[in-house]
Amino acid sequence: MTDDASEGELAMSDDDSDDDAREYSIETRAIHAGARPDATTGARSTPIYQTTAYVFDDVDHAASLFNLQSFGYIYSRLTNPTVAVLEERVANLEGGRAAVASASGHAAQFLAFFSLLEPGDEFVSSRNLYGGSITQFGVSFKRLGWTCHFVDSTDPANFEAAITPKCKAIFIEALANPGGVVVDIEAVAAVAKAHGIPLIVDNTLATPYLCRPMEWGADIVIHSATKFIGGHGNAMGGVVVESGKFDWFANNKFPTMTEPDPAYHGLTFAETFGDFGYTMKTRAVGLRDFGPALAPQNAFLLLQGVETLPLRMERHCANAQAVAEYLEGHPKVAWVSYAGLSSSPYNALAAKYLSLGAGAVFTFGVKGGFEAGIRLVEACNLFSHLANIGDTRSLILHPASTTHRQLTDEQRDAAGAGPDVIRLSIGLETAADIIADLDQALDQA
Amino acid sequence: MNEAVNHEHYSDSLIRGILRRCRTIAMPGASANWVRPSSFAMKYLQNKGYRVIPVNPGQAGDKIHSEMVYASLADVPGRFPMVDIFRNSKDAGPICDEAIELADEKGIEVIWMQLGVRNDEAAARAEAAGLTVIMNRCPKIEFGRLSGELSWSGINSGIISAKRQKAI
Repeated sequence: MTDDASEGELAMSDDDSDDDAREYSIETRAIHAGARPDATTGARSTPIYQTTAYVFDDVDHAASLFNLQSFGYIYSRLTNPTVAVLEERVANLEGGRAAVASASGHAAQFLAFFSLLEPGDEFVSSRNLYGGSITQFGVSFKRLGWTCHFVDSTDPANFEAAITPKCKAIFIEALANPGGVVVDIEAVAAVAKAHGIPLIVDNTLATPYLCRPMEWGADIVIHSATKFIGGHGNAMGGVVVESGKFDWFANNKFPTMTEPDPAYHGLTFAETFGDFGYTMKTRAVGLRDFGPALAPQNAFLLLQGVETLPLRMERHCANAQAVAEYLEGHPKVAWVSYAGLSSSPYNALAAKYLSLGAGAVFTFGVKGGFEAGIRLVEACNLFSHLANIGDTRSLILHPASTTHRQLTDEQRDAAGAGPDVIRLSIGLETAADIIADLDQALDQA
Repeated sequence: MNEAVNHEHYSDSLIRGILRRCRTIAMPGASANWVRPSSFAMKYLQNKGYRVIPVNPGQAGDKIHSEMVYASLADVPGRFPMVDIFRNSKDAGPICDEAIELADEKGIEVIWMQLGVRNDEAAARAEAAGLTVIMNRCPKIEFGRLSGELSWSGINSGIISAKRQKAI
């Protein structure tokens, strides 16, 4: 047998096992999805493809790539092999069809809307959001001609009431930052469906380990991968995932998807790429023309993090539950907003949507208001005082003086970031150590 | 030769077997307009070593991607194991019937209807005649998924494997 023949034999027989016969569980998929060993070298860990560009075979090949007729790499602003593994990993974990990664969660949010909205369009959003998102939607999006109607997400009827004929999407955070608010995803998805518009869910705080919004009717899921996906506080990144189930042709609301695109020679994304047309549009137009691409080095760090997502989330949630219960019994604590507590008004929704745990980010009120809040934050030794969440380390923040300070008093209260509010992101340290640090800090507050 | 196929879910092994076996494809509904999906699929499959023969009565005698266009399946010379239908679900019916009639003469084994195209009655007739039918899928996308190329664009292949990627 010649070498050629044996190669051919291998190629024909190697993959014959029915590899789709088994439905792998989330722990397995968090490690393997999207990451087969490198075809050329067999490298088992995903290599960092630290390259800006990729050679073409010839001019024809180049033309077919630029025209999107072939799948392939052109330039790392559009696609990169390390980044692609992260994209497929998150798409898989969310039960989605496809995903596109970006430089940050905020970039992902911008790209998600850019593929849907035109100047003059509107959308409805929960007002229980990360403060930076309230500013992005309410101030910066306005300059693009996009209007956001904010509503109280605790009653799904509020979304219905706010929808106008120009609304092209509904946006929620599944588990809201910072207030421990759980949204009734299924009920809000029904509102979106009735109006023929997609439901976009920011699943950053819940993560696909605790909640998969697409199983409840979400059409698009976005992440700040900087948080629990990466989980180590060392790399920024964002992801937009599409379910592949939204019917862009059902009404005439989405010309960006269903009409020939002048930015691509008249190509119609929803038609040519079917159930991953939205992702292709977001990549080939949004990423191409605005450029917030994820760096391959960051994709590598986020991939290394997401491999342990299920393990970390188990411990994050167990620690958060213990800390929340401790705080609830402390005399200097006015209230604790953690959906895992039976006292929380969101406890029933958490049981439905977050059965494995209510996440690791929540707020509590310290008696003594603004000044006591500042004293508490400054008295912590183990807790890091910084503006991030979803780290191995426990983090503490006084939103009113930091992340939410650009908002008005009214907006701050609505977003669950009033003057006495302390936000915690509980890490993976020993629960007793975390509690001891809060205990001594509360003594000084 | 045809298996009992569940048209809600095709196994990877079924799709992979078809794409390995059927290297010549007749494509009713192929368009000369390069931004149309059929043009994308044809060009891609040609690059992967498939011969794709366009069938389109309005453009018979012209060429698309260097291949002569024929008016009907019956006019296509030689044998082609697969028919890939780029027409709407209703129009796919008579094309299926023509393929069933020509199956022995042209060596047709597989009728494939594109993304968004599904005609269960026609599929049942073709399956009764011993043909394998795939509906609401694109061979370009399936080739890309099984070869790992689709993953390059962040698309969820659904494949979990600790083996190196090898062709399809």
